[in-house]
Amino acid sequence: MKILVCISNVPDTTTKVKFVENNTKLDTNGIQWVINPWDELSLTRALELKDDSSTGITSVTVAHVGEASSEPTIRKALAIGADNAIRVNGEPVDAYYVAAQLSEAVKNENFDIILCGIESSDHNGSTVGGMISEFLDIASVSAVSSLSIENGEAVISREIDGGKEILTVPVPFVAVVQKGIAKEPRIAAMRGIMMARSKPVKVVEPIAVDPLTSVEAFEMPETRAACKFIDPATAGDLIDILQNEAKVI
Amino acid sequence: MENRKVLKSGEFLVSEVDPMDIFIPEEFDEEQKMIAQTCKDFLEAEVYPKLDDLDKGDRELMLKLLKSSGELGLMGVAVSEEFGGFGQSFVTQMLAAETIGASYSFAVAYMAHSGIGTLPIQYFGNDDQRERYVTKLATGELIGAYCLTEPGAGSDANSGKTNAVLSEDGKHYILNGQKMWITNAGFADVQTVFAKIDNDRILSAFIVDTNTPGVVIGPDEHKMGIKGSSTAQVYYNDVKVPVENLLGERGKGFRIALSILHMGRIKLGANVLGAAKKAITDSVQYANERKQFGTSIATFGAIKHKLAEQVIRTFASESATYRVSKDIDDQIEKLMSEGVEKATASIDAIAHYAVEAAVLKVYGSEMLDFVSDEAVQIHGGMGYSSEMDVERGYRDSRINRIFEGTNEINRIIVVDTAMKRAMKGDFDLFGAAEKLSNEIDSIEIEKTDDSDLYKEKMASIRNLKKVALLTINNASKDFGRKLVHEQEILFNIADIITEIYIAESLVLRVKKIEQLKGSADLYRDMVDVYVYDIAAMIRKWAMDAFNSMPDSDSKPQFLVAVDKLTVVAPVNVKEARRRIADKLIEDNTYKF
Repeated sequence: MKILVCISNVPDTTTKVKFVENNTKLDTNGIQWVINPWDELSLTRALELKDDSSTGITSVTVAHVGEASSEPTIRKALAIGADNAIRVNGEPVDAYYVAAQLSEAVKNENFDIILCGIESSDHNGSTVGGMISEFLDIASVSAVSSLSIENGEAVISREIDGGKEILTVPVPFVAVVQKGIAKEPRIAAMRGIMMARSKPVKVVEPIAVDPLTSVEAFEMPETRAACKFIDPATAGDLIDILQNEAKVI
Repeated sequence: MENRKVLKSGEFLVSEVDPMDIFIPEEFDEEQKMIAQTCKDFLEAEVYPKLDDLDKGDRELMLKLLKSSGELGLMGVAVSEEFGGFGQSFVTQMLAAETIGASYSFAVAYMAHSGIGTLPIQYFGNDDQRERYVTKLATGELIGAYCLTEPGAGSDANSGKTNAVLSEDGKHYILNGQKMWITNAGFADVQTVFAKIDNDRILSAFIVDTNTPGVVIGPDEHKMGIKGSSTAQVYYNDVKVPVENLLGERGKGFRIALSILHMGRIKLGANVLGAAKKAITDSVQYANERKQFGTSIATFGAIKHKLAEQVIRTFASESATYRVSKDIDDQIEKLMSEGVEKATASIDAIAHYAVEAAVLKVYGSEMLDFVSDEAVQIHGGMGYSSEMDVERGYRDSRINRIFEGTNEINRIIVVDTAMKRAMKGDFDLFGAAEKLSNEIDSIEIEKTDDSDLYKEKMASIRNLKKVALLTINNASKDFGRKLVHEQEILFNIADIITEIYIAESLVLRVKKIEQLKGSADLYRDMVDVYVYDIAAMIRKWAMDAFNSMPDSDSKPQFLVAVDKLTVVAPVNVKEARRRIADKLIEDNTYKF
């Protein structure tokens, strides 16, 4: 069996977010890009399954939509242990565009299991995995929190309201994966970093796809107002503040 | 090797390179960044959650963490591929050392193992020794330690009393003696031990398996800091060391010890960078969070001054560290092209840059002490609480001025080595110095008010180099061979040389950033502040030295020259520091 892990390139969580071009684009200046945390956990689980010879997993491929500047993220995935990579050489404009490009790039590769993080930590769209399954006309399972292979069948558990659902799924399918799928992301070992140099990265040009959305503007959340303390001796001031400043009474 | 101008050790005092001739951290390639990220990921996942447990002196835990780093391959960064390592460049080794440097006691244990615990055997061992030991040290299967210091032999390392005598059957050396301050002693499997064979004047080195009968490990010392690192005394009672475990040749131990110390101290220069950046990030995050008088304390000028100084000194130190690291890589390549084996080329290249290694050790350790001290101060009362990393960092920092040769010994090495290399003919120090002294009344003072910042600062640095040469020349003439006993003056000269190398590296780096990226605004502020500051310090050190010379009364023209040579362009240092601090405050983490 072959596993595909779709990876997205996202700003490091410590990034100070700023926008440019009339607040329609992220200011990428000085940003450190990392593998989307959910995708990294998916990759870790895929590699764990491959490490266990009883699963019959023979390869783990990563696929990504992004320009050449995102190559370090792909190399890191290869250093962590993916066998090879596919990069669609286009700007990931929206979820539909990404899903369409990934589906086109992998439709003839016969992957048995396609793992997608439940969301990316930048846009939090949560839609790419579902769209890929539609494009490829295969099943998809959402909110997957564990995945194992037993007797050649995928056994999946999903977090559901008040409990857990366990199901088996015939391949091929898309699993939309949430945290819990792996304990901690795997760290790239020195040997992996050295080997990543020579692992194949297939670069394919994007197909013509019109995105379904366009960004009008991004807005930063309003800064939370500072907490105001009132001296118990003048507790009556609270009424005045609620009435005239906060205007809630 | 690119076609770039590479200076010999100490030659920067009389020569100059182009910014494009130096390597700067902004040029790390993708693979180097990935290795650094792996080190960082490892620390965050495995080491940081255990810092408190480590500080309780849990030897088992430290051993487990060392082994984990070995599984990731981090112990083999500097080891050749043929012996199970990854044969990385010296620049990459330094980047790994820098990143691991942010891990307090773990950094000490890791560096002791992968540096002084492993590399003596790689650099000086024969193939059999490398095969038996280095291949296992590179993976963490074995843990290494380095045993040089004795109760009566610290800075004077060759005076050790540990003794080795060949057994009657000629198969073993019988080792007797005592070592102290041995890092990783509590769990190391293999030690490089220095001892004198019979009544030899010079040390020899031996590879000792610690499970050999007669090796006794003492309890861990109770230390001010780096409490998680196992530091103990080791006793050798009739320990039978196989003759095939003599490292290098008989009587070559002192050379091995010195070469390894050069390596240890230059890597310390990298370690402290990681520790400093961590302390700065802790400082700014606290300053941004902590509110007093209705506002975050990061908005106060007093705090901005501290934050900016932390950044400037760290950035300057980093500039010099990677500059010389690349010079070492080029020197290794040069020696190998002349037919020298890689291991020998590596250690010879490191030993070649002895002046810069000592400069980095002294400057880096004092930089980290400054940064750690200010980190505590920015935290106020909380900085004194063991709950905070800055408290641990403050205590852990202090050892850096002591081990790998005290800063006092290293200051002497800076001057002594530079002068010896010049006398050997590596570069013309004394000719240039003599010429300047002869022209003292008409000495050329370069103008330092150029509209081009780079030209202006390089002119200042050339002027400061003249101060260094005049001081060295006068001290040499006045004291002759007795200069070695005038340690106060040697220290003045060492500090002048150190600041010149650091400042020049900073200026060259910033110019190169500008050339590569088109702009370098904040970095220009660092250059402005740094050169302004060191000119005043160098003036004082030179004055101190001249006024302490026997013929000081006959040197008024030298004092006038020093005064003129240390004039630099005026700088609004308050605003420059505030701009640097504001970037740090906005980023809320060290990102320079």
